Amino acid sequence: MAQGKRSKQEIRTLPKSPTGIPGMDEITGGGLPKGRPTLIAGAAGCGKTLFAMEFLVNGAIQYDEPGVFIAFEENAEELAQNVASLGFDLKELVRQKKLIIDYVRVERAEIQETGEYDLDGLFIRLGYAIDTIGAKRVALDTVEVLFSALSNRGILRAELQRLFRWLKDKGVSAVITAERGDGTMTRFGLEEYVADCVILLDHRVNEQMSTRRLRIVKYRGTLHGTNEYPFLITKDGISVLPITSLGLDHKAPAGRVSTGIKELDDMLGGKGYYRGSSILLSGTAGTGKSSLAASFVNAACQRGERCLYFSFEESTEQIIRNMRSIGINLSPHVKKGLLQFHVARPTLYGLEMHLITIHELIKQHEPEIVILDPITDFFAVGSQAEVKAAITRIIDFLKANQITALFTSYTEEDTPNESVVGVSSLIDTWISLRNLENRGERRRGLFVLKSRGMAHSNQIRSFELTDNGIKIGALELVGPRTLLNPA
Amino acid sequence: MEKSKPRARSRRTEKNWELRLYVAGQTPKSLAAFANLKKICEEHLAGQYHIEVIDLIKKPQLASGDQILAIPTLVRKLPEPIRKIIGDLSDTERVLVGLNLREQK
Repeated sequence: MAQGKRSKQEIRTLPKSPTGIPGMDEITGGGLPKGRPTLIAGAAGCGKTLFAMEFLVNGAIQYDEPGVFIAFEENAEELAQNVASLGFDLKELVRQKKLIIDYVRVERAEIQETGEYDLDGLFIRLGYAIDTIGAKRVALDTVEVLFSALSNRGILRAELQRLFRWLKDKGVSAVITAERGDGTMTRFGLEEYVADCVILLDHRVNEQMSTRRLRIVKYRGTLHGTNEYPFLITKDGISVLPITSLGLDHKAPAGRVSTGIKELDDMLGGKGYYRGSSILLSGTAGTGKSSLAASFVNAACQRGERCLYFSFEESTEQIIRNMRSIGINLSPHVKKGLLQFHVARPTLYGLEMHLITIHELIKQHEPEIVILDPITDFFAVGSQAEVKAAITRIIDFLKANQITALFTSYTEEDTPNESVVGVSSLIDTWISLRNLENRGERRRGLFVLKSRGMAHSNQIRSFELTDNGIKIGALELVGPRTLLNPA
Repeated sequence: MEKSKPRARSRRTEKNWELRLYVAGQTPKSLAAFANLKKICEEHLAGQYHIEVIDLIKKPQLASGDQILAIPTLVRKLPEPIRKIIGDLSDTERVLVGLNLREQK
């Protein structure tokens, strides 16, 4: 957490060095501390080297900050091969003098120690590399290798401490990777020397699901998220999830997309939903939320758009059968590959895993429309605050990708459900479905509770599920008005 | 691999010892290392060695070639294989072992 009163230096807001890693800069408020060392600790295979490399490559390409990568474990050729699959062309960056990779090979077998020494050789190499290309970023991966190569721990510790201090004096933003220790953060206690920023990477398998997580253990002088953030290693590199605070700078596409029902389009300014907006369909049991979602999907697929349907209650077959009964045939869209269902019980795994699954499937399928049916089921796996945070992240992610998202939400009869209220502020268009009892008959009513950025109908309309789809019409009721709209 | 023999004298046939001492400026450690090396060479390799001192402060680009980390580092370039001895070379016994002039006891 922020501790801003220890010295003058720390009172100022720290300048940041953006990592360019999606999600990472959001949770750190702009990146790693500029001109200071950051320790990345984690067990083998958790993504430390990749993190360090991305920090340098993004720095060199996006932020005009050349970098020096001191590799203790892999040589330049191996490193280049490892990250080539992510689209990083290290050799080209080296050629352009934006990156230097210096492979430091130390082998105990060929070294004999006699008497006093220091690590000036390493300092000089690093300093020379930094000065050659005017580097602003440095990665040391993994400096602990020195502990297995040289036996004098006392000298090593003193020299590493001097090294971190020296990096700070040089004013470079450094990333130092370290192996996770047994019961300690790093095997050789390097966290004691790096006071500014410590990030822990973790890779664990829970109930057969493997999750990578990232946690900011400390970040002096900066407010930071203290959560564990799941992250992915995708074909584009590291992506920290959930993206908590993308902010409100999404592009807002002005295009519109039909709801699949003409009368509902008419209620929404005659054109339907906004593309890339978030839509909530709330209603009590059996009011036709899924049917409304299905007509939206059906119309989209008929236009040749791709849809991804996350169902948390019904199986694919069940949904297709039910929708066929109201004249909506989804199976041709599935066969064509336009529509993809993903069916999973919310309790199957944790919220983060759901987020990751959703994220990955969206990346794979590249849909224009995503349905989550229903989001209320997530409350079975997390507290209200957690679920709200998760849904916020999903919405942010979808908006950032300009995907139109439709969420259904189950509400209790006659009680405005807390869960819906919790996320409603994030929603652009909210349609409420109600069962109305009138003259001894139950009827479905539909109204647009809100719809940002458009003139929408304020009427309550009747809503019927017929053999030929959904029919929306005028609602003629007799009785006290409070019955119609208990909210 | 060449055979290692217990006594330095048997090395006399090798003729050619090429040694490099890497230092960083005229520090007490560097000066001590050079003095210690000189003494050992005179005692054990008189007339058959060549010492090249490389000051990395003047020539930093030379550090990576011989994978230099620690200062001072003595590199035995010849005879092969390459061996490295780091430190001020104050422990003569270990230097001799490191140079393969004496077997480890």
